[in-house]
Amino acid sequence: MASKDRVALPPVNAQTTNLTCHFCIVGCGYHVYKWDENTEGGRAPHQNALGLDFRKQLPPLQVIMTPAMTNVVTDNDGRRYNIMIVPDKGCSVNQGLSSTRGGRLATVMYTANGVGKERLKTARMHTGDKWVDVSWDNALAIYAGLTKKILDNDGPSGLVFDCFDHGGAGGGFEGTWGTGKLMFTAMKTPMVRIHNRPAYNSECHATREMGIGELNNSYEDAEVADCIVAIGTNAYETQTNYFLAHWVPNLQGGTLEKKKKWFPDESAAKAKIVIVDPRRSPTVAVCETVAGKDNVLHLDIEPGTDIALFNGLFTYVVEQGWHDKEFVARYTSGFDAAVQANKLSLEETSRITGVPVAKLQQAADWAYKPKAGGKRPHTMHAYEKGIIWGNDNYLIQSALVDLVLATHNVGRRGTGVVRMGGHQEGYTRPPYPGDSKIYIDQEVIKGKGLMYTCWAANPFQTTLNAEEHRRVFLRRTGIVKEALAGARGASTQQLIDIVYDACKNKGGLYLVSINLYPTMLADAAHLMLPAAHPGETNLTSMNGERRLRLSQRFMDAPGSSKPDCQIAADIANAVKALYQAEGKTDMVTRFSGFDWRTEEDAFNDGFRKAGTAGAPPIDSQGGETGYMATYQLLARAGNNGVQLPIKEVKDGKLIGTEMLYMDGKFSTADGKAIFKPSPWPGLPKTVADQKAKHRFWINNGRVNEIWQTAYHDMYNSFATDRWPMAFLEINPDDGRALGVASGDVVDVYNDYGSTYAMAYLEPSIKANQTFMQFAYFNGIAGDVTTPWVDRNVVPYYKGTWASIRRVGTVADFKDTVSFKQRRFA
Amino acid sequence: MGNPVSRREFLKVSGGVAAGVSVLPTSAEAAPGPDAGSTVLPYKAKAVGKAAGLGVNQPVSFTFPDASSPCALVRTGSPVAGGVGPGRDIVAFSTMCTHMGCPVSYDPAQKVFKCPCHFSMFDAERGGQMICGQATENLPRIVLKYNAADDTVTAVAIDGLLYGRQSNIL
Repeated sequence: MASKDRVALPPVNAQTTNLTCHFCIVGCGYHVYKWDENTEGGRAPHQNALGLDFRKQLPPLQVIMTPAMTNVVTDNDGRRYNIMIVPDKGCSVNQGLSSTRGGRLATVMYTANGVGKERLKTARMHTGDKWVDVSWDNALAIYAGLTKKILDNDGPSGLVFDCFDHGGAGGGFEGTWGTGKLMFTAMKTPMVRIHNRPAYNSECHATREMGIGELNNSYEDAEVADCIVAIGTNAYETQTNYFLAHWVPNLQGGTLEKKKKWFPDESAAKAKIVIVDPRRSPTVAVCETVAGKDNVLHLDIEPGTDIALFNGLFTYVVEQGWHDKEFVARYTSGFDAAVQANKLSLEETSRITGVPVAKLQQAADWAYKPKAGGKRPHTMHAYEKGIIWGNDNYLIQSALVDLVLATHNVGRRGTGVVRMGGHQEGYTRPPYPGDSKIYIDQEVIKGKGLMYTCWAANPFQTTLNAEEHRRVFLRRTGIVKEALAGARGASTQQLIDIVYDACKNKGGLYLVSINLYPTMLADAAHLMLPAAHPGETNLTSMNGERRLRLSQRFMDAPGSSKPDCQIAADIANAVKALYQAEGKTDMVTRFSGFDWRTEEDAFNDGFRKAGTAGAPPIDSQGGETGYMATYQLLARAGNNGVQLPIKEVKDGKLIGTEMLYMDGKFSTADGKAIFKPSPWPGLPKTVADQKAKHRFWINNGRVNEIWQTAYHDMYNSFATDRWPMAFLEINPDDGRALGVASGDVVDVYNDYGSTYAMAYLEPSIKANQTFMQFAYFNGIAGDVTTPWVDRNVVPYYKGTWASIRRVGTVADFKDTVSFKQRRFA
Repeated sequence: MGNPVSRREFLKVSGGVAAGVSVLPTSAEAAPGPDAGSTVLPYKAKAVGKAAGLGVNQPVSFTFPDASSPCALVRTGSPVAGGVGPGRDIVAFSTMCTHMGCPVSYDPAQKVFKCPCHFSMFDAERGGQMICGQATENLPRIVLKYNAADDTVTAVAIDGLLYGRQSNIL
């Protein structure tokens, strides 16, 4: 029983399973203990499953076991169980650490009166003016019938999806395969976008085209790097235990022995870190604390000038002769053209980025200047949303990887050029059935599409140009609601006909949401299907070092909610039955192959079939050796799993790959990595126009306490007490000029929209700059993001300028929310 | 059983900084034991200081409910939620971080408790709310009682589970 000053301990015979935290890409390993509600383990070490002596005070750093790590769950047979979910000390990823998010995994598991009480437990249908519960059969009849009618009359392009493509919750190899096979093989629709961006695209086109997959090293490499260059990543808050367990020891000098062992003929010192971020993030402050200010270089560039920074460093490094000429000549192509195209003097770089020349030189000295004896430094480059959602994704990545290639900081231990990541990965799908990238949001705004399925996606909170997007959705889905409201006593077929007419002839859009919770989409949707998340289903995913784990099912999903792969199969089978009734064999064939009884069947059908004889084309992160990974072997591998690609199975153990490109053979046709010209383009006009009109830069991003957890945390008082509303960090002098104090509500507006936020005065924020919590349920940053995208339709969420006005004060915020500095000092 | 009172609810019922009410806890002696199914353990009240002797922003160490549980008594200098004493500005917290038990230190400039291990920070003026960090719980708040007759501040209970314990009372 969770109470505020005591918890129940798991007895020694408690059921124990493995759970990979499903919130962020790091994928920390946890153990789940489950046992009868009315029993508990004793305090002596031999009496509890943790093996710890609770008869006395435990010393620091022995355990993390908090009330948030406990809960009481009920299985479908009515039996109630205590659960405790604690970090796994044997997991190489987190080494017993828990983050403030993963530490609450037990709290968010479904219990009738808990955080999950708003979970969808049945399918729900909108009647035009209200939601009602319906059976899966009812819901599938509508979904399948409308799908078939659109396919028959309008073709696949009438069917639009906003669907996850990742691992972890709302994802995983089982889920991407199930949904992918439904969308791409059965329906054959190209009208698909991904949960956080408006097209079906990668966020790493440039680096992949250059021959370098974006997850190319191991977390252990951060322990032995001479220098870490962290670009647009706030790792303390958003890859917490990767940062704490692998970066911090190196920054503190705690890995010197390992460095000497790995690189015996080189000098070794504690790491230095270069952080590229316009904002003094909490990560900068923590790095200064652990490494000392002398070992931290914060390049606080002007927003959107990353390309110039990397071009300047690239030019300088080549001028100094610090590039690896032999490597460049032997393993790469296009160097000379890139040197010409990207040429930028340090003086010009300084003018554009606002960073003094001396600091630029210091960064180059730390990261690229040969060490004693001419040894090449091991410099790891880590990047995330500052680049991914920066100006512009394709060119920044090109400029960065040019610099990395020139200095041979890939394919050697202690290096790597890697994205830090958001969700875990988990991609296995048939090839996308299209040859161009379709800006789905704009298509729908223009009136295209008849039926729109959001699958573990909530674009109302997380897309760009979100206000217009929401306005159009509400208008178009409202047309269908009007039609539904008049349908009294209608049969399923009549309902389908009414909906189809509203969509086809009146501009309507039928909206389906498949999710754990109703989400903000419930304002517009017509059908909601209840999904399950890890713990309620077996799920495989890989983390930021390609570590594949099986997250094991340990409890029943609430009500009739189901795993995503099973929902995809149910939809496919329902459509198939309709075509069978008509005798349309070609369509029956397309919708066949979904006879999975378990999530393992879906895993075996996709991930394990890729590259095998007779299999259809499958794009899989498991590659051609994925077939070796059985559920059984993965269960045995526990929270350490195996790093993809798998090399072999030896003595019943999966053997993986720690670092890619060690042999100098890159992922291109001829095996040579490719330099890409990436001249500095300036800001896009759409963005520059807003900057000219509106005073404040609305930088936006994630926050430690709520990071890919808002769908649960909006119901969790620990989180909402802290963040009742999206906060906006603003400089105190700017606050005074606007008459804004901490806890005030402000209106953030520009030509594209308006959103509200809770002001949080923060001295380290520069004048005319702000930072707003992204993707929150109360105050949506994307409402003021322009619709501008790069050549691959990747948004520039960070490129937002707006005006600010004070709205008023919410007394609650002032009384209950802390507005102390979040930078550790 | 039931969900613990959220810290926000606590701050609200305590009246916050502006409201002129302060709801004091009942005495520990009246608290029922765990056998009765209560979520409040039978803490033994302990006098921890005199209000007049507390300097503003000068934390005083004490232990509660036993010698292996270090705590800090702080007079913040202005009325705060849960504060007792003549100025309603005396609060106390466990100084073991709820994440992994490292000793938090008090920063008088910010009136914040800070953990050196994983950099969690807790606001002494907001009931121990985590400002930023890796804990899943706010800093356990030592519930205090003030006796105006003899100016004594007494620890009577704890709001939140202490690090490294199955139960706050060993």
